[in-house]
Amino acid sequence: MEVAIPYALTAELTHRCPLHCAYCSNPVELSRREHELSTQDWMNVWEEAHDLGIVQLHLTGGEPLLRPDAEQLIRRARELGFFVNVITSGVGVTEKRIRQLALAGVDSIQLSVQAPTAELADAIAGSRAHESKQKAAQWIRAAGLPLHMNVVLHRQNIDLVEDIIELCASWGAERLELANTQYYGWAYLNRQHLLPAKAQLAAAEEAYTRAKERFGQQMELIWVIPDYYEEFPKPCMGGWGSISMTVTPDGKVLPCTAASSIRTMKFDSVKEKTLKWIWEESAAFNAYRGQDWMSEPCRSCEHRFRDFGGCRCQAYLLTGDSGQADPVCQRSPHHHMITEFISTMNAEDHAGASAEPGELFPSYAYRGRPVMNGGIAGENI
Amino acid sequence: MMTEELSKQLRLRRPARLKFDEARQTDLLLLPERVIRLNPTAGAILWLCDGERTVNQIIEELQTKYNQTDLKADVLDFLTQAADRGWVETWK
Repeated sequence: MEVAIPYALTAELTHRCPLHCAYCSNPVELSRREHELSTQDWMNVWEEAHDLGIVQLHLTGGEPLLRPDAEQLIRRARELGFFVNVITSGVGVTEKRIRQLALAGVDSIQLSVQAPTAELADAIAGSRAHESKQKAAQWIRAAGLPLHMNVVLHRQNIDLVEDIIELCASWGAERLELANTQYYGWAYLNRQHLLPAKAQLAAAEEAYTRAKERFGQQMELIWVIPDYYEEFPKPCMGGWGSISMTVTPDGKVLPCTAASSIRTMKFDSVKEKTLKWIWEESAAFNAYRGQDWMSEPCRSCEHRFRDFGGCRCQAYLLTGDSGQADPVCQRSPHHHMITEFISTMNAEDHAGASAEPGELFPSYAYRGRPVMNGGIAGENI
Repeated sequence: MMTEELSKQLRLRRPARLKFDEARQTDLLLLPERVIRLNPTAGAILWLCDGERTVNQIIEELQTKYNQTDLKADVLDFLTQAADRGWVETWK
């Protein structure tokens, strides 16, 4: 099968992070500092990515700016002609650091925010972060960069989406991604605290539509759908191994950020193989390319060219088999796993179902912190 | 079309950037979360949106380049769409 030229590479420079968000998409087993790729390793990745035809780099984490070599990596990336996007919590950065990133040539900085008020935002992040974000927003604009923001929406903040949009507008955001939680990594672990009720979701989507009308060109609003409530799955990653790849802090190359959760697959590392070989030849990247791997109901389904069978990681997390149809699909034999979970989250006696937004803080498994109530403990790094 | 609008200088809306991509032999418009693969005409127009040339100059240059005299409507149509999509700064 002919392999397409990839467009984008997401580099998780580190899994270390000052925040402990319960919906983090990082794997539950976070990569440790001593295993992180060196500056030179990352520069080699940039060169190989450039030779492969990649044009866009997303530097993320964890918190990518915990790497003191971020500027150096950005400078080299710009020399190679990449469009460089940094995704940051804004925590711990200084005005000087932002200026240095701008000087190094960063094209765009995306700043995360958790909620419209410091109290709720800090409870969600498991850290005092909100105030430093406001400053980071100012400094990003002062450095002459457009302010792009994102918020992950879930049960605890989705009712406040209108206030969140207002807050981002008041900070001068030109683009805001309203991303409903996707249930991988820490988010999957915490999903019984995170999935909003259907009525919450409907109200939030209406608020988004109103805001989109109101802000028009001033602030671009993007709504990332909550796929558990969809009838058909999302076309995850635009198809496995067709547009982009992720490199983890220790050098593993994944077809998507969440793929390390698939225990039955082996993902190759840039420490042992070239990026080109991994993209074109490796078993992992070829496993779900095209349609030949599909079984029913996907194999004969008219949606297969549009959604590619949905998300492989979600299929694995819910069914234990990454080759199954995404259970979000109403035609999947495992779809009941989604509908049953949704119905418990919409039951009147669900904890938090009647709470005022932000009043009830669930017992999250905060990422990177030991879990107190018998859940799975993550490594504290 | 107002003469005033035609004398506006046009630029890409930051942080959008253009790149001729060797691997794919095509012009790409690079945006924070997207890459747009441009057809040759779209690429030719956007490369001229450099913050120096006016809308009028862009039309004239394209007409010379393609040896045609009636590109004005098509170019304006494209530029309007490009502004709506946030690729170039609003110019109307």
